[in-house]
Amino acid sequence: MTADPMIELTGVSRVFGARTVVSDVSLTVEAGAILTIVGTSGSGKTTLLRMINRLVEPSAGTVRIAGRDIRDVPPHILRRGIGYAIQGHGLFPHRSVAENIAVVPRLLGWDRRRIAARVDALLDLFRLDPGVYRDRLPAALSGGEQQRIGVARALAAEPPVLLMDEPFGALDPIIRGQAQADLLAIQRRTGTTIVLVTHDMDEALRLGSRIAVMDRGRLVQEAAPAALIGAPATDFVGALLGRGDRAFQLMALRVVDDLIEPGPAPGEPIPAGISVRAALAESLWSQRPALPVSRDGVLLGRVTRAALEAQGARP
Amino acid sequence: MGEPFATWMRPDPDARPARWIVAGLDPLGTVFAGLLSLSLLALPLMITRPNRIAAGTSLMAWSALPAAAALAVLGIAGFAAALLALRVAPPARLAAGAVALLVLGLAAGGAADHLTPPGDRYSRVSPDAGWWLAFAVAGLAAGDGLARLRPGPGTRIATLAAVTVLAGLALHSGFWNNLSVMREYAGHADTFGREVRTHLGLALSSVAAAALVGIPAALLARPVPALRRTLLGILNILQTLPSMALFGMLIAPLAWIGRSVPGAAELGIAGIGPAPAFVALFAYALLPVAAATVAGLDAVPGPVRDAAAGVGMTSRQRLFQVELPLALPAMLTGLRIVLVQNIGLTVIAGLVGGGGLGVFVFQGISQNAGDLVLLGALPTVALASGSAVLLDAAIAVSRRRRGEQTQ
Repeated sequence: MTADPMIELTGVSRVFGARTVVSDVSLTVEAGAILTIVGTSGSGKTTLLRMINRLVEPSAGTVRIAGRDIRDVPPHILRRGIGYAIQGHGLFPHRSVAENIAVVPRLLGWDRRRIAARVDALLDLFRLDPGVYRDRLPAALSGGEQQRIGVARALAAEPPVLLMDEPFGALDPIIRGQAQADLLAIQRRTGTTIVLVTHDMDEALRLGSRIAVMDRGRLVQEAAPAALIGAPATDFVGALLGRGDRAFQLMALRVVDDLIEPGPAPGEPIPAGISVRAALAESLWSQRPALPVSRDGVLLGRVTRAALEAQGARP
Repeated sequence: MGEPFATWMRPDPDARPARWIVAGLDPLGTVFAGLLSLSLLALPLMITRPNRIAAGTSLMAWSALPAAAALAVLGIAGFAAALLALRVAPPARLAAGAVALLVLGLAAGGAADHLTPPGDRYSRVSPDAGWWLAFAVAGLAAGDGLARLRPGPGTRIATLAAVTVLAGLALHSGFWNNLSVMREYAGHADTFGREVRTHLGLALSSVAAAALVGIPAALLARPVPALRRTLLGILNILQTLPSMALFGMLIAPLAWIGRSVPGAAELGIAGIGPAPAFVALFAYALLPVAAATVAGLDAVPGPVRDAAAGVGMTSRQRLFQVELPLALPAMLTGLRIVLVQNIGLTVIAGLVGGGGLGVFVFQGISQNAGDLVLLGALPTVALASGSAVLLDAAIAVSRRRRGEQTQ
């Protein structure tokens, strides 16, 4: 991965009256990375996010996107180049699905045909039949569909940066899991740099290539998921992680592929690419000390329970 | 409305085959039927007077009409009442109400012809308590039947047009010419059209001016809490002034302006006349318009506002593409309230020389001629009701665009 910084925050603070909501935060997000900002409510994580597209102006410090100070760009022009998806989706209730998705392309002056093609492509990407959904009003959609249209709208003009504020907060757990998987798949395809705010540490660990933990306006730790689990910087980070589950959180981040060794094992094979945690669970459930691993029907070897268990050890 | 109405309130053609009648009594319809029967059987239908201001004689239906006609009126009205009392489908309820209205209209004209001696120019025949009560009940019943049909905006406007055309034809045919109120019309035919135009002109122009001032004022003041409190506070005080007092209070300052400001008198600004009427009506319309605008904008959901800013709309684009379209139903509701209110209030303009239908009302009061009062009051009621129907249809259209239920 190229290590070009896409977003750079330097000494960013925000004061509302006498209250310091964000205090001296410096952060760098590499191009194509997903940074999740996690913290309790009132930790300043949403304010930090909103300073990246100038919905909130920093009281001090600078924000750069692709090397350019965002104060040099008028706010509305800046925001047209940054995707923005929020909890409760914020769809315009008087506009159809297609019109909602087309908002930014239209503001950018795309021609009609290009907009129509882009809308249909995005609906396909989110597995919504354009013929069925294009002309519906948001009120006629389910919560999960509304959320998908909200993200589709944010991605409509193919922005290099996508900001998301609790985008899955209003969804039930099953739909949320699906939405998270969709986001990861789409991000892999588009290479969009994403900053996502959440209060849910599991979501932050699952989605983030880097995780920033905010506590009372301060950035207390910024690290890769495994490093965060292995060495929480403060008690607060530890509390957010829930200390009892650390081994399993770590195993959920890792896949079995590196643990495959030659040799036989009984029973149904597990697919390569599944997490160590899921493989261990299968091993315990079926009472097999070793599991065969296959990819696309081809047997690759086996993983042993001992190898899986070792992945839960403190790094 | 309670459970017994549920069958007809939510017609669901897929779930339940439409049935024209089910067993049992309709509670509201039974009340309508009882009142209709009571009004026609126990209250006098018409009243006759030897002249315009003399004391009158009240006549029951069977004395006011030829025997055969009385029998027909009571028979048809009785059938309509029976239909209303039963649990019949909304179209049948609407038909029963409409037929009752029609029969009452015919009865009034017929009785006037029957009771007026040939060639008599002075005697007066007017509907009495029984007729008015029956008319009101039949109107409510027809309206209830229509409402249970859940008409769309198009149907409502079509209904209004049909009623207007029907009433216009009846008036034009001369069928009611022997009724006292039409005799008053004949006496004032030269000024009636002008006063209706003045009335509508005052009511509409004051509402339009209030919208032109009130909506921008609300837009500017809403984001600033202090300004917003001040604006709504001042308008609230204006609203609490009694209308008579406001008209009166305006006479002195406007007379002074008319005298002192060059050109003001030429514009028609004077202590009495249309100027104080317009200013007072404008003042009354401001608060509902401004308050509805503020309420409509306040009701725009926070995430929608946030998203509009976040996708890169300028503040003007946010206002015109998102906030105003979403506030529109509330704003139209405010306009509907002030339009109906001002059509009624414009009557008082007659008191300060502003013209309008109030001229007939106040002449009628001073001459102790109730039918002349009616000549001013009935068209006012008709105009107010008609404009309410039109604006309700507009509101329904503006809500439908947001995927909301229209009712």
